[in-house]
Amino acid sequence: MESTSQSSKSMKNYLTPTVRDIPPSGIRKFFDLVSGSKDIISLGVGEPDFATPWHVRDAAVVSLERGYTKYTPNSGLLELREEIVRYLHENFRITYDPVKEVIVTIGGSEAIDLALRALISPGDEILIPEPCYISYSPITTLSGGVVVGIETTAKDNFKLTAEALKAKITPQSKLLVLCYPSNPTGGIMTYEDFLPIAKLVEEHDLIVISDEIYAELTYGQKHVSFASLPGMKDRTLVVSGFSKAFAMTGWRMGYVCGHPDLIAAMLKIHQYTVMCAPVMGQVAALEALQNGMEEKDRMMESYNQRRRLIVKGFRDIGLDCHEPQGAFYAFPSIASTGLTSEEFAQRLVAEARVAAVPGNVFGLGGEGHIRCSYATSVTQLNEALDRISQFVRRLKEI
Amino acid sequence: MVELKLRILDLLKEDARTDAETVATMLGASREDVEAAIAELEAEHVIVKYAAVINWAKVNESVTALIEVQITPERGRGFDAIAERIYLYPEVNSVFLMSGAYDLLVEVQGRTLQEVASFVSNRLSPIDRVLSTKTHFILKKYKHDGIIFEDREEDRRMMISP
Repeated sequence: MESTSQSSKSMKNYLTPTVRDIPPSGIRKFFDLVSGSKDIISLGVGEPDFATPWHVRDAAVVSLERGYTKYTPNSGLLELREEIVRYLHENFRITYDPVKEVIVTIGGSEAIDLALRALISPGDEILIPEPCYISYSPITTLSGGVVVGIETTAKDNFKLTAEALKAKITPQSKLLVLCYPSNPTGGIMTYEDFLPIAKLVEEHDLIVISDEIYAELTYGQKHVSFASLPGMKDRTLVVSGFSKAFAMTGWRMGYVCGHPDLIAAMLKIHQYTVMCAPVMGQVAALEALQNGMEEKDRMMESYNQRRRLIVKGFRDIGLDCHEPQGAFYAFPSIASTGLTSEEFAQRLVAEARVAAVPGNVFGLGGEGHIRCSYATSVTQLNEALDRISQFVRRLKEI
Repeated sequence: MVELKLRILDLLKEDARTDAETVATMLGASREDVEAAIAELEAEHVIVKYAAVINWAKVNESVTALIEVQITPERGRGFDAIAERIYLYPEVNSVFLMSGAYDLLVEVQGRTLQEVASFVSNRLSPIDRVLSTKTHFILKKYKHDGIIFEDREEDRRMMISP
């Protein structure tokens, strides 16, 4: 029997319409466009340029040598959960019970999936400030929820305002998804920014999924967890992880904390789907929390230096760029060039050999912007800025 | 100013060619302040030199040895006078005063093994007050002054990710 790589029969009819009709990620499309190209400087990478600190890697290696290769409790190693709880308490003034209020997950992504699946009933409206990370909306759709995007703008530094939120709340509103510091905009929310949001959440009996994966990456002011606002702890699921703060993206280590009723429900999905997060990752995460803060601070300082460089670079080029106060992305406006985000990004690759992600893939308010990660070397950043500068100048000459 | 100086040093240690303008941008300081701080650091001899870190093993055959030297200190001048007599030789890369079993650690570079050996026997050992020497040849340099000499970890990230 010979098997052929190309199937003759379409199998698409077997798929559930919901999955079939979800569009593939716009990032994926762009990835296909640039992959394989040579000499491209990529500002499109959503992860740190540092390797995981050596002591963290070493801890995982040692654990493997010692035979830590078995299942852990569903919600993760107790020692790690205790450390997560201590860390959250010391840094963000939120207190959790490591036994009933924490699950160690496979990346923050799994935590988001668990939360949305556990909470959404068909027809529920899920409020999502945009532009935002790309997975909230498809998972909402998969769970039968209705996505209600709320546009945020550069004028407000991409903060969620109470007016914008209020305008979108209906009796069907169930959840609000917050992602601050924001991927892709670098926007943050202060305690004062959050206060009126918390009031609306209370008034309209909403639950909040607060994706705080970039909590450690803020510049100038410390991150505020939405759960630390008065009355918000029970209503908030805090999602975070190790990927960004400790340069551990490939380990897929995240966690979620919240009310024991919600956590218990999410734990059921977690135990039936993945059982537990990989043990070697959990050992590494524990080491990162216990001994990784100094190295984390060094990485932070380095991002901050490059943040200043890229923002000034874009402004010198003549592109409006709001000052990102968190994460490691700049989100300049390219509207003055007259091109759409997609056109700009595609031509930037073709004509200037620089990859950035078109803003429209991040939802409402993203059009007219490109996302540029500055987690890349200073030499590369300067070269990329030079190339973008020449590209924009050529555009404006025509 | 002290804090700014330390932050400038951290940057220049990584890349001495970073110009004052870029340093100022990266540190969120004014160009004038950065230039003044660098000028002071140079005047104070905190910044001693802007030199390239070179992996000589890739360009030519050279031999480096670490030599433990025991000496009797000189009355009134301690170890400094003898250290000076040693470090003034151009073959000597570095000299450290050490605690422990010996007094000076001397790094000597030469084109061949013989050249280094003859430096030890003809120059170093005959110095008055040098009691003994113990020569260790370096076979391979992995890391020096915080810089890894082997090929660095490459960027293994995908070009685009969410």
